[in-house]
Amino acid sequence: MSKTLFDKIWDSHVVKSIPEGPDVLYIDRHFIHEVTSPQAFSGLEKRGLPLFRPDKIVATADHNVPTKNQHLPISDALSRLQVEKLTENCRKFGVELYGLNHPYQGIVHVIGPELGITQPGMTIVCGDSHTSTHGAFGAVAFGIGTSEVEQVFATQCILQPKPLRMRITVNGKLVKGVQAKDVILYIISQISASGGNGYFVEYAGSTFSDMSMEERMTVCNMSIEMGARGGLIAPDEKTFDYIKGREFAPSGKELDEAIASWRELNTDPDATFDKEYHFDAVDIGPMITYGTNPGMGMQINNNIPSLEELDPSEKSGFTKSLSYMDLKAGEKLIGKPVNYVFIGSCTNARIEDLRAAAEIVRGKRKADHVTAFIIPGSKQVEKQAFEEGLDKIFTEAGFELRQPGCSACLGMNEDKIPKGEYCVSTSNRNFEGRQGPGARTMLASPLTAALTAIEGKISDIRDYI
Amino acid sequence: MEKFSKITSTIVPMQIENVDTDQIIPARFLKATSRDGFGENLFRDWRYDENGNPIKDFVLNDSRYDGLILVAGKNFGCGSSREHAAWAIHDYGFRVVVSSYFADIFKNNSLNNGVLPVQVSEEFLNGFFENPETEVTVDLESQKIYNSATGESELFDINPYKKYCLLNGYDDIDYLVSMKDEIEAFEKNR
Ligand code: SF4
Repeated sequence: MSKTLFDKIWDSHVVKSIPEGPDVLYIDRHFIHEVTSPQAFSGLEKRGLPLFRPDKIVATADHNVPTKNQHLPISDALSRLQVEKLTENCRKFGVELYGLNHPYQGIVHVIGPELGITQPGMTIVCGDSHTSTHGAFGAVAFGIGTSEVEQVFATQCILQPKPLRMRITVNGKLVKGVQAKDVILYIISQISASGGNGYFVEYAGSTFSDMSMEERMTVCNMSIEMGARGGLIAPDEKTFDYIKGREFAPSGKELDEAIASWRELNTDPDATFDKEYHFDAVDIGPMITYGTNPGMGMQINNNIPSLEELDPSEKSGFTKSLSYMDLKAGEKLIGKPVNYVFIGSCTNARIEDLRAAAEIVRGKRKADHVTAFIIPGSKQVEKQAFEEGLDKIFTEAGFELRQPGCSACLGMNEDKIPKGEYCVSTSNRNFEGRQGPGARTMLASPLTAALTAIEGKISDIRDYI
Repeated sequence: MEKFSKITSTIVPMQIENVDTDQIIPARFLKATSRDGFGENLFRDWRYDENGNPIKDFVLNDSRYDGLILVAGKNFGCGSSREHAAWAIHDYGFRVVVSSYFADIFKNNSLNNGVLPVQVSEEFLNGFFENPETEVTVDLESQKIYNSATGESELFDINPYKKYCLLNGYDDIDYLVSMKDEIEAFEKNR
């Protein structure tokens, strides 16, 4: 029978299907971090259970860590306790930890791929919804809750109902200045923040196969922002080339065998999906969000929808959202002054993102009223940025390049956007208060974010390149 | 986990759509290493102003409404996978959340913590918002939710396995651990 890529991977990991119940799904890789693991470890202890497969788990500290002076003890007592708890648990249970100051430390979804831990055909989970990022490699990867983290600790399996299948096809070449981030923001704006509910998405078409691995990660990362459980892209030569030579990638004969089996990972031509969408790359421009969910986005030179354009059922949420953002229906955003720019997060803090931003910034100076900070996704990204001299470009332009972590993506550490301020951010969520209480987030690509910092106002990258 | 069977209670009507987990429990309150105490900060930024004073018109501060059942607009629990959202709802005292749609991860998380997500039709949901002082009965055994103000009831869906777990107070880990041999056999045969 014809199968989708998703079915092939999922089905081969089912230990047992409970009649009329969820599947018992075997997990190949489990990433953990300081925020969603402590209760799972203590749950395990309370039940008197051992950790079933410690060698399949990799831990890092990212959500809560400071992005300055990481060599000093963490000053916030609760954050410090959480990070210490992770270290203690990893030691006690024999889990590999890339903690603060380790050369591999970084945002969990950045380090998995860059270390070659993330590989095609795997099932991957983490107590973090953006685990979908790893789908870029043709893996079934999704976020789980802490009880599920505990399930994987105890049995290397979780109970999961199988999601429905959706395919989103985009064909054609992207306009200059339009990035992977714009593609995914465009898709979400078209199908809404809940349009993917209940589905697992496969991204197909030439636009995605033309993308680099890092760009594909940006796309898959935000699958969850349309409500989908995850998103994946069939692996190809680019995928194999990316993995080759990385720390934990197979090598030699093992690699050849792995690649041979990875080549089988694609959707059969006549396989069917429960839902399909088609878009054209030429219709996609630089995007920005104006509201408080990632579906509330538009092409940067458009006007915010007017109330008349909306479904009656949408009006109240829309009005509430715009009032939080202090924006008006029908207003245009181009030219709007912005005081904060954040380049970071598991969506856009890899080396290609930093390079793209550096290209815009090179030889220029940020607007005086803007605070612009860049948080590399990992220690390795940071190191690479220094080796390429990107740090100088940023510093000369008045940007602050800090140390790796989640930072202002969720504002758990001290990196918060002040109340009432606009922030053009390369992260993935514009929820109320996400970047700090009262902060007003506008999601955009690294190019748009960098340009906004230079111009001091929201600007269309197409007018500059 | 505690057993769940039948609940009759007044409701807390929250007519807001797309309630995301950052609103249910903001990230800055995720620093605890135990599961307790999150209820205090449930809907923190909607509930209290920056000086910690209750915001009057938010429904949790409205003395007319109280009970074990939270009723909310469509797409409840979207956003992050933080289970802290389910812990906060449970810790505050809710045992049922009613909405016309739930985000997947939230649904799993709440079922794993003894909070029943009841998905109903839009019309049925509106029946609560139109009669916010109603009394509601949720019966897991018959999968029925009853709105006493309108006299209407609706059947709701729940996975039979999850229903069995809730009724008996079992959780997924108990079940998975009982499968250990099968899991090991699966590993060997790959
Ligand atoms: S960068 Fe943001 S979205 Fe990514 S893992 Fe960290 S907090 Fe989550």
